[in-house]
Amino acid sequence: MADPILSVQQVIREYGDRVRTRALAGVDLMLDQGEFAALIGPSGSGKSTLLNIVGLLDRPTSGRVILAGLDTSNLDERALTAFRARTLGFVFQFHHLLPAFTAVENVMLPEWADRGIATREMRVRAEAMLQSVGLSDRAQFKTTDLSGGQQQRVAIARALVRRPPLVLADEPTGNLDTNSSEEIFELMRRFNRELGTTFLIVTHDPRIADRCDRTIEIVDGLVKSDHVR
Amino acid sequence: MPFQWFVALRYMRDARGQTALILSAVSVGVSVIVFLSALINGLQSSLIETTLGSQPHVTIRVPREEPRPLVEASSQRSIARLIQPASQRLRSIDQWPVVMADAERIPGVTAASPTVTGSGIATRADARLPIVIRGVDPERFLAIINVPRKIVQGTFDVSGDSVVIGSTLATDLGVEVGDKVRVASTEGIEEVMKISGVFTLGSAAVDKTWVITSLRHAQSMFALPGGATTIELKVAEVFDADRIANEIQSQTGLLADSWMALNAQLLSGLSAQSSSKIMIQVCVVLTVALGIASVLIVSVVQKSREIGILRAVGAPANRVLAIFLIQGGVLGLIGSFLGSALGVIFSLLFETLTSGPNGLPRFPVQVDLELLAGATLLATGVGLITAVIPAGRAANLDPATAIRSG
Ligand SMILES: Nc1ncnc2c1ncn2[C@@H]1O[C@H](COP(=O)(O)OP(=O)(O)OP(=O)(O)O)[C@@H](O)[C@H]1O
Ligand SMILES: [Mg+2]
Repeated sequence: MADPILSVQQVIREYGDRVRTRALAGVDLMLDQGEFAALIGPSGSGKSTLLNIVGLLDRPTSGRVILAGLDTSNLDERALTAFRARTLGFVFQFHHLLPAFTAVENVMLPEWADRGIATREMRVRAEAMLQSVGLSDRAQFKTTDLSGGQQQRVAIARALVRRPPLVLADEPTGNLDTNSSEEIFELMRRFNRELGTTFLIVTHDPRIADRCDRTIEIVDGLVKSDHVR
Repeated sequence: MPFQWFVALRYMRDARGQTALILSAVSVGVSVIVFLSALINGLQSSLIETTLGSQPHVTIRVPREEPRPLVEASSQRSIARLIQPASQRLRSIDQWPVVMADAERIPGVTAASPTVTGSGIATRADARLPIVIRGVDPERFLAIINVPRKIVQGTFDVSGDSVVIGSTLATDLGVEVGDKVRVASTEGIEEVMKISGVFTLGSAAVDKTWVITSLRHAQSMFALPGGATTIELKVAEVFDADRIANEIQSQTGLLADSWMALNAQLLSGLSAQSSSKIMIQVCVVLTVALGIASVLIVSVVQKSREIGILRAVGAPANRVLAIFLIQGGVLGLIGSFLGSALGVIFSLLFETLTSGPNGLPRFPVQVDLELLAGATLLATGVGLITAVIPAGRAANLDPATAIRSG
């Protein structure tokens, strides 16, 4: 069997200097390429903290994160950024697009920010990506002129434009109505099927969690249960 | 377009109001610097120009003779210590052609001219006026003091018995071009001379006393055949005059006076003016710097979540740094262009508004490329430097915290 795309080993994350709170208390987790997993748990249980650590936005107090076969604990800031740009896609709850940019510019961002110079191909790829989320007619819109669901579709296009093996989504439907939530979920499912992209989705919505292939529950900074359907 | 440029310019365009506000602050600051410098530079160079329009940069002459007792004191004979100053007969510089040739070889010296300069009396009808007789070799002398440009009547001609005299002297004597005047030197030699031209060099003393004649003519009037009492120099950099004068003095043992030594008071006035100019400029620069810094700091705080996203999707810290440095630099650059234009307009307007009845500016302003380039460089540099702190903050934002705080 192939190596797992993600392997989290004994990850502990503590906050605070004097009063130390343990957001993660020794998490072990493995994801194989192509999995579609939900991460659930009560508020404050450490879901976002775990996602940030897996996403290389934050470092664990102790423990290791091995991504696409690479142990990330020894990478410096620069290498981490470059590795993150090529390996991971992010979708956040509040669609976190850049308001000063158009939809297509937002989708170009990951490649542009990483490589430094915009190319014709980048734009073409970004436009194709927008088309595949059904927004080709909104490419030149400022993101503030789009609906919440449309914005989140742009965010998914941005997360997937470089075809990363792993996409991390923190409550991607948390701010959307039922219809839009459904659309976004279907979109992620489709990319998972078509491109084989691995998804780890934090959600409070049981309807979403129930339709994922795997449900990981985290309570008080520890994995409490892990079901594969 | 490079990513950091695109983002920087987009941010500035997006925050139009803020950008316009800070640009106007920078422009006003730069325009104050440009206008003030233009005014003070203009004032100073016109003062210096007037001063140097009627005097050489360096004058070499023979030292005064030390008074000495006629009889040496000895053990057998005591003498009265009452000593008269030696009578100051005009003396020629020994071997002046050699001294002049040596002086011309000093780097920075651009022209040299021998003169015989002494006192005399001009007489015409009832008027008897003290004068300064200046015997010159016209070709050389005009390289030192450009008299023909300041001729108000007649021409510059000192051949034969022709002389050129100052305009105040002409008025006092009641003479015009073509008239004759009787001139006597301190040697008691008298001649009648014909006035070929009248000049106004702008210095009251000069215009009231100078009678310019040929070197040969003055040599005979002061009984100094083949002699020269002074050698006058022009130098490339007027503020090098002191240094060159000292060099000559120590090399030759002759006296060498620079215009700077003769106009020490003027110069100390100018330097006081320059320091107050610098003070004002420093204050303006500080204000501009604080303005740019505060706008950028606010912008970094406002955009911290966006910066977190940029970092999350793959922007390296140094590109985030560049985004804010570029904003500082561009604000400084554009501000300095606008400010320079504004400053030039102010300057010209001021010159026109204060010009005298004859249409000539009373306060000549001096706007040059060097000043504008300097102001541009300064403002851009200040923009860049003040952006360092906010940009550093942006680059060091922790992406996880930044995104969470949104
Ligand atoms: N930057 C921080 N400084 C201090 N404590 C933090 C920080 N980030 C998270 N925590 C704490 O760590 C714990 C886990 O937080 P986390 O955001 O991971 O929870 P969560 O599961 O995502 O909750 P929610 O479902 O409400 O988003 C919480 O107790 C939180 O207060
Ligand atoms: Mg959370």
